[in-house]
Amino acid sequence: MRVLYILWLRQLKRYFRSKSRIVGSIGQPLLFLLALGYGLGSIYKRAGEGNYLHFLVPGIMIQTALFAAMFFGAMIIFDRQFGFLKETLVAPVSRLKIMLGGAIGGATTASIQGALVLVISFVLGYRPTRWAMIPVALLIMLVLSIAIACFSSGIGSFVEDMQGFQAINQFLVFPLYFLSGALYPLDNVPSWLRIVTEFNPISYAVDAMRWSLIGEAKFGIGKDLIALAITLIISMVFGALRFRRIEA
Amino acid sequence: MIKVDHVTKRFGAITAVDDVTFEVKAGERFALLGPNGAGKSTTIKMLTTLLRPTKGNMSLNQHDVVKNQDAARRSFGIVFQDPSVDTEMTAYENMQLHAVLYHVPSGQIDKRVKELLELVELWDRRDSLVKTYSGGMKRRLEIARGLLHHPKLLFLDEPTLGLDAQTRNLLWEYVQRLSREQNMTIFFTTHYMEEAEANASRIAFIDHGKIIAMGTAVELKKQTNTRSLEQAYLKMTGTKIRDEQVDPHDAWRERHRARSMR
Repeated sequence: MRVLYILWLRQLKRYFRSKSRIVGSIGQPLLFLLALGYGLGSIYKRAGEGNYLHFLVPGIMIQTALFAAMFFGAMIIFDRQFGFLKETLVAPVSRLKIMLGGAIGGATTASIQGALVLVISFVLGYRPTRWAMIPVALLIMLVLSIAIACFSSGIGSFVEDMQGFQAINQFLVFPLYFLSGALYPLDNVPSWLRIVTEFNPISYAVDAMRWSLIGEAKFGIGKDLIALAITLIISMVFGALRFRRIEA
Repeated sequence: MIKVDHVTKRFGAITAVDDVTFEVKAGERFALLGPNGAGKSTTIKMLTTLLRPTKGNMSLNQHDVVKNQDAARRSFGIVFQDPSVDTEMTAYENMQLHAVLYHVPSGQIDKRVKELLELVELWDRRDSLVKTYSGGMKRRLEIARGLLHHPKLLFLDEPTLGLDAQTRNLLWEYVQRLSREQNMTIFFTTHYMEEAEANASRIAFIDHGKIIAMGTAVELKKQTNTRSLEQAYLKMTGTKIRDEQVDPHDAWRERHRARSMR
């Protein structure tokens, strides 16, 4: 437990000490909320779908947590390049613990960033319909973040440098994000694309967030939670197996 | 304490360590000396579970380093050749993290950290972020950290690289004391022959991945009919300068270190 705690704490300290990371983590979602929220809001309304901000905020929260949690994999690459990774790899602690401690820490900072987005959206006029479910929404975001952080540590374990890591981010995570229904409804897409969205774990996280905040779910919360649990387990196994094989 | 049995490590077509066999007994101070790229660091990386041998067996404290990694890791401490501290944390936080990773009892952490940071004269700067440290200060912190958990076996990979004479003396004095009082086994590499002569109870020369000679400093000098260890070393390994094969991470770190020391 002490080991998990100290590695978790390291991630938090590093996050709160990096002003550029804090500013960046708020700046990007703010831009999305303003640009998309105001830009597309009126079209969305005219299409008879109602309040776009209502629909958008849970998606932007997931977006923020998703990319922030992916950053944990980049941390592993930085730790390897700056040498610190060796210090943890030769320690008499199982590699699973090393990875989990860091990943949960990375996921915590990712969720904090997602929660900040919620606060910002209050200022922009967003009002969830189910206030009491906000803790559930945050919990869903944390679970997704842990899964993504584990997944990204698996990626960070075998990708040699930041360029390679960015490539995976661009070609895997971005498409998954755009096909998750976070920004727009994916009801009227061709059937092959619907299959992609239905096998996309991010779709279920977004759906579960909407369920908690505005009480609307496309797949249903039961299905969402099962999908999240499966994602978490697969990511952990993937991350643990890859991380165990690191040579430094 | 250390057993290495016909160990080979290949990186693609390059054979970094070639059928090496040796043994180090508990309480010995063993120096592995050789030119750049001879296989010193690769040997240490394999012994400390960072690399897997291509062939052969090695064990620490009777724990196989491949099959029984966790037990092997519990047996040793290491001071790496290149930086391995987190520069975005303070010296104290780096020490604390290490103490927890190595299961130092909570009640003892503060006392030991203070003792060691005072030894390397960093106690006054304990709450500064390590990125504000000079190269020498970082090195001293790494050494203090390697000693924090009182290991039975300590690896020092070129520990005195870039240190001033004062700190070098301090370090070896402390290492000698640990070896004497706690019967700690010391395994080190260095490019300073006089350091090896003064501090090692036994020495091995390694070149092109093979061990070419092993014995006490006196034996090695006698064998080569020379008066100093440096002469014995040059006689056996030749005077030609070597190019080192580096892996991409090391090369990257090297560049950054050079930049930060400028």
